[in-house]
Amino acid sequence: MGGIAVLPHNPNEPWNLPSRGIVGMVCLIIAEAAIFIIFVVAYVFYLGKSLAGPTPRDVLELPIFTTICLLSSSFTVMGAVSALHKNQRNACSMWLALTVLLGFIFLAGTAHEWYNLIYRDGLTIRTNLFGTAFYSLVGLHATHVVLGLCLLSLALLFSLRGQMTSKHTERLEVLSIYWHFVDAVWVVVFLVVYVFGR
Amino acid sequence: MRNTTAVPESRRRWLDVVHEWVKTVDHKKIGIMYICYALIFLLVAGFEALLMRIQLAIPNNTFVSPQVFNRLFTMHGTTMVFFVGMPILFGFGNYLIPLMIGARDMAFPRLNAFGFWISAFGGLLLYFSYLGGDGLYGAGSAPDVGWFAYAPLTSPAFSVGHSTDYWTLALLLSGIGSVATALNMVTTTICMRCPGMKLNRMPLLVWLYLVTSLMVFIAIGPLTAAQIMLMLDRYAGAHFFDTQAGGSAVLWMHFFWIFGHPEVYILVLPAFAFANEIIPVFSRKAIFGYPAMVAATIGIGFISLSVWAHHMFTVGLGAWANTFFTLATMVIAVPTGIKIFNWLATLWGGKIHFTVPMMFSVGFLFQFLIAGLTGIMLSVAPFDWQLGNSYFVVAHFHYVLVGAILMMIFAAFYYWSPKMTGRMLSEKLGKWHFWLFVIGFHLTFDFMHVPGLLGMPRRIYTYEADRGWMIWNLIVSSGAIFQAIGALVFVYNLVWSYFKGPIAGPDPWDAWTLEWSTPSPPPAYNFAVIPSVGSRRPLWDLKHPEDPDSNYEM
Repeated sequence: MGGIAVLPHNPNEPWNLPSRGIVGMVCLIIAEAAIFIIFVVAYVFYLGKSLAGPTPRDVLELPIFTTICLLSSSFTVMGAVSALHKNQRNACSMWLALTVLLGFIFLAGTAHEWYNLIYRDGLTIRTNLFGTAFYSLVGLHATHVVLGLCLLSLALLFSLRGQMTSKHTERLEVLSIYWHFVDAVWVVVFLVVYVFGR
Repeated sequence: MRNTTAVPESRRRWLDVVHEWVKTVDHKKIGIMYICYALIFLLVAGFEALLMRIQLAIPNNTFVSPQVFNRLFTMHGTTMVFFVGMPILFGFGNYLIPLMIGARDMAFPRLNAFGFWISAFGGLLLYFSYLGGDGLYGAGSAPDVGWFAYAPLTSPAFSVGHSTDYWTLALLLSGIGSVATALNMVTTTICMRCPGMKLNRMPLLVWLYLVTSLMVFIAIGPLTAAQIMLMLDRYAGAHFFDTQAGGSAVLWMHFFWIFGHPEVYILVLPAFAFANEIIPVFSRKAIFGYPAMVAATIGIGFISLSVWAHHMFTVGLGAWANTFFTLATMVIAVPTGIKIFNWLATLWGGKIHFTVPMMFSVGFLFQFLIAGLTGIMLSVAPFDWQLGNSYFVVAHFHYVLVGAILMMIFAAFYYWSPKMTGRMLSEKLGKWHFWLFVIGFHLTFDFMHVPGLLGMPRRIYTYEADRGWMIWNLIVSSGAIFQAIGALVFVYNLVWSYFKGPIAGPDPWDAWTLEWSTPSPPPAYNFAVIPSVGSRRPLWDLKHPEDPDSNYEM
């Protein structure tokens, strides 16, 4: 046998494969979703099993404003991607800045909530099963928000310095998929923890 | 003067080589590093198994202390699953997938290197516990909680010191590395195929790795989540698995086995993948039932996600759960049976060449069948109540892990190492390796079923003489010696062939998949010209232009 076997390539046959970044991000999201599912299962499993108070009904309030902020940041990041696609760089920076701002408002809301829970209601991760499951689930989500904000801020920095062009649309799109996932997880957490679990 | 300059020069050359390997992002080099690091851990964990078999060979033995015995079985299990099985299979996948689909590298080469180094770091961290596990408390060195680390053994009250933390961190890091590599494999398979390499033309190995990788996402997530919870329990005072605060020890079991059972299939599917490539080549026939193989693999992937609680029949899950998990476990025998019949049908009427890789493959077929049969027995909940946590179970899963997976890993070495090193492994030594290992395997694991049936529980460090278990344990332990010698012959063969083996050439087996169209070892860029394929066996088409496969494939 010769060293190299090459079969004639038929240039007329179209050969398009999906984008690596998007497929990779979807894979990451599947893996992350599995982690979140387990934390949600643990939260639901331990609902009402705490041996001592406080209970979710005693201390949790619906975080409606911060939820609206986080969910609308999904739309702003979409705005950033489509602006970049049309090569409107200033609009892209503006949308990215708005996304980062909304994300920060959400994080500040969580921080405020946790501060009250810890210092007003005396609920820590050690207090009871509710505290254990609540802080780990919401904390895991908040960790993902922090990571997303770091990446978005980086994108904003590049955008402000004019280093981001329509060539980078796909990369920003990959990041936006991650951010949509973070928002989707929040919808689940919000429903499980604040609506049905209260 | 000449001598003094020559020494630093050679040292610099050596450092250059190390530097090249440390910074590499080439999928072939990363694959080989995965394999080498897994082989080292294979020897370490095999040595641990030998120590345990010496301890159990005769009753009331005092070769190792009970504490050391607990550490040995924990380290043996953890190492074999996470730092031998996963990395060696990822290593072959890393090496072969881009070559088989006509790509020049993986989709994310740097992520690939990251995945390797973080997994390797996890393995080192696990073994560092022998030095650092004592911590300030002086209690326990290596982890001794068993490889599935049931609560409350892992609680701070029962596991003082840091050994369990090393275990947790090692698994967490290995999990991150596994997800990174699996992500890379899926993306490579979907996005990097050469022109004409449609999904239904991919070599079955690539298909099986695709399903394996998808299972990694779903299986490793629960493990990672459970490890995070355990760390929160141990460090932050959380109560996930703390029964005194209302937490549930059974929840840990569920989370662990939701990972643990798919993990078995994550390990065995690559073994099937090797069989799918090796058996047809040495039967000189195309694989029988390619679409059925793919469908069966996907079926196994789905069903394996719903069988985890068969590890927990003895917990007392209730009638409905027992029934469901018994049925689900039995159903998985159907797609697995389809595969076995397909391999048999591939052999049937073929012109069989009994080379060493083929011998290991046939051994695999036979042993995997028996492992499946004891699996069906154990899937019946009442039978499991009798034999759960006995040596029967140990014999069953070692039949899968050694008799099926390790045998196919050996086959893969004999088949693909000529591609990796450019030199053939010795067939003569290989036959010695095969027979020593097969005899040792059957001595050990056939006879291990018997003390299990007689009631010998797993994880006991010794037993009394009047139990009637001694003769069986003696046979089991003597088989371990044969296996150890076989493994040493294999290592010698690897080293010898690397330096002195016959030159392999690009296609020593007259095979049909794209990796054999490259020189051995392949250049860094794999393919000078990206190939273009028209069937499942592109090299067959090239060698037989008058009768290409595309005439027959649907």
